[in-house]
Amino acid sequence: MRVVLAEDLALLRDGLIRLLEANDFHVVEAVDNGPSLLRALTNHRPDVAVVDVRLPPSFTDEGLKAAIEARRQVRGLPVLVLSQYVEQLYARELLADRSGGVGYLLKERVFNVEQFLDAVRQVAAGGTAMDPEVVAQLLTRRSALDEPLATLTPREREVLALMAEGRSNAAIAARLFVTEKAVSKHTNSIFTRLGLPQSEDDNRSVLAVLAYLNG
Amino acid sequence: MLKAGGTLRARLVGWSVAVTTLAAVSLALAILTVTGVALIVVWVGLPMLLVVMSAARPIAEFHRRQLPKIDGKPLIDSPYLAAPPGNLLVRSRALFMDPGRRRDALWLMVNGTVGLALGIIGIVEGVLDLLFWFLPPGLAVRAHAALSRPLLSVSEKSRLALRVQQLTESRAETVDTQAAELRRIERDLHDGAQARLVALGMSLAMAEHELARDPESAKALLSEARAASSGALAELRDLVRGIHPPVLADRGLVGAVQALALAAALPVDVRAEINGRLPAPVESAAYFAVAEALTNVIKHAGARRAWIRLSFAGDVLTARVRDDGIGGARPEGGTGLRGIERRLSAFDGSVHLHSPPGGGTELAMVLPCASSSPKISPSSGTA
Repeated sequence: MRVVLAEDLALLRDGLIRLLEANDFHVVEAVDNGPSLLRALTNHRPDVAVVDVRLPPSFTDEGLKAAIEARRQVRGLPVLVLSQYVEQLYARELLADRSGGVGYLLKERVFNVEQFLDAVRQVAAGGTAMDPEVVAQLLTRRSALDEPLATLTPREREVLALMAEGRSNAAIAARLFVTEKAVSKHTNSIFTRLGLPQSEDDNRSVLAVLAYLNG
Repeated sequence: MLKAGGTLRARLVGWSVAVTTLAAVSLALAILTVTGVALIVVWVGLPMLLVVMSAARPIAEFHRRQLPKIDGKPLIDSPYLAAPPGNLLVRSRALFMDPGRRRDALWLMVNGTVGLALGIIGIVEGVLDLLFWFLPPGLAVRAHAALSRPLLSVSEKSRLALRVQQLTESRAETVDTQAAELRRIERDLHDGAQARLVALGMSLAMAEHELARDPESAKALLSEARAASSGALAELRDLVRGIHPPVLADRGLVGAVQALALAAALPVDVRAEINGRLPAPVESAAYFAVAEALTNVIKHAGARRAWIRLSFAGDVLTARVRDDGIGGARPEGGTGLRGIERRLSAFDGSVHLHSPPGGGTELAMVLPCASSSPKISPSSGTA
């Protein structure tokens, strides 16, 4: 799988390259600033990009902006954004085009190598990967505004949170130690209560849930 | 000519009536002032004087505007100092220290007595003038003007002296706040991230030691180390947010306030009329002031919705935070409002609270930022 990587700290860049190369990813280009990132993304059209939010020259959200611009030019270009902090505003901007293939995670999620690589693959496959912190914020906020959300059972909320993070039913089942059938029973109930259209496609269900939570 | 003279005389009579009426009010206020000063010992005096001085101001200002029309001399500048942020005590102290207000008090006494007499004489004289139009008109009102003018003007020197004192105080407060802030950061680092990094190092050392002998326990130690590093990162993240939130650096005040609104546990409507970026210190002070105000809304107001309005006009940044909660917030109530005032004091900023019981709360924060029109920077565009 071809990857473009953007990270300005050499230490982290090398670490990420090693990590990805050791797991059958091929890093076609690793860049350390915003303008080169945009060029690399539109030239290589990689299977997935792993991008740090803060990049030179401005040391602000240059990486995020380059990623969003690249996705505007190449619709659905899979991008996993990493950051020292997560901001709901940025998650919302990444999700705004509703075309999937986006991820937004805290940098430290890399520590859990298996989960991190799953997230990269998931984004490459057109899925989403949202940091649990973003999801927790979204849920708190929406539950305060929203009656249907408040009527969910604790278990359903758990399932909803895992869905919003971008996990498939199979992954949720493994995580909660229940059968996949039990999970789909929960998701059915969640979708009915929130009035969302059901979809066979996991990725589309996730996008529907995120759009609802962001609403 | 004669007609013009007639109009002038009529105007002078009108002015005499105004002078007399306002002098009577002045007399009442002067009596209240004396009573207020006497009652300061039993506390009632303070709020009483505050009310009296506030009532005196428009009357004095009216005379400042009108006197040039009578004596033909230049306009009298309004002498008052801007009210500093602070509680009732701070405000009253500033009010009594204000040379403009002190001159007002003195003028009240004189205007209430001699001024009143001159006003009455003015009316009589005016009526006679209308009959004996060949006499020079308006002697009494001119005397009144000559008497009032020096009392209503304040020397630039005493105004500057007081301004210096205010600046010294706000500087001391700013320095204190910053020192306290640094101490807090030091403590947070010491007890938080630093301690976790020590624990992490210990876990790694022990894992190294166990590696050959007991790989299973080495593995457990390593995952402990990983958890400690996550914890340290989380604490550093919180700390950074408290010093200067990254989103503020990325997006400026408007973006950061929008992010704040998105993270709030109630719907917050944000509208902003600011183009480009403001100077970093202003952005930071305004951001934390709005954040604190929003925290107050969430904690105390019992509100269902909140609104934030940001605007920048005439070198003044105004931030309004409004909610539809229970109202009845009092400026001397919590430490939250005091904290906001402290943040803004270094900028000569002020805070205005409007919170009728049951009628929601509006907090308006005003930050003058002289010589700082918004700079258009590349990072302020939309993403």
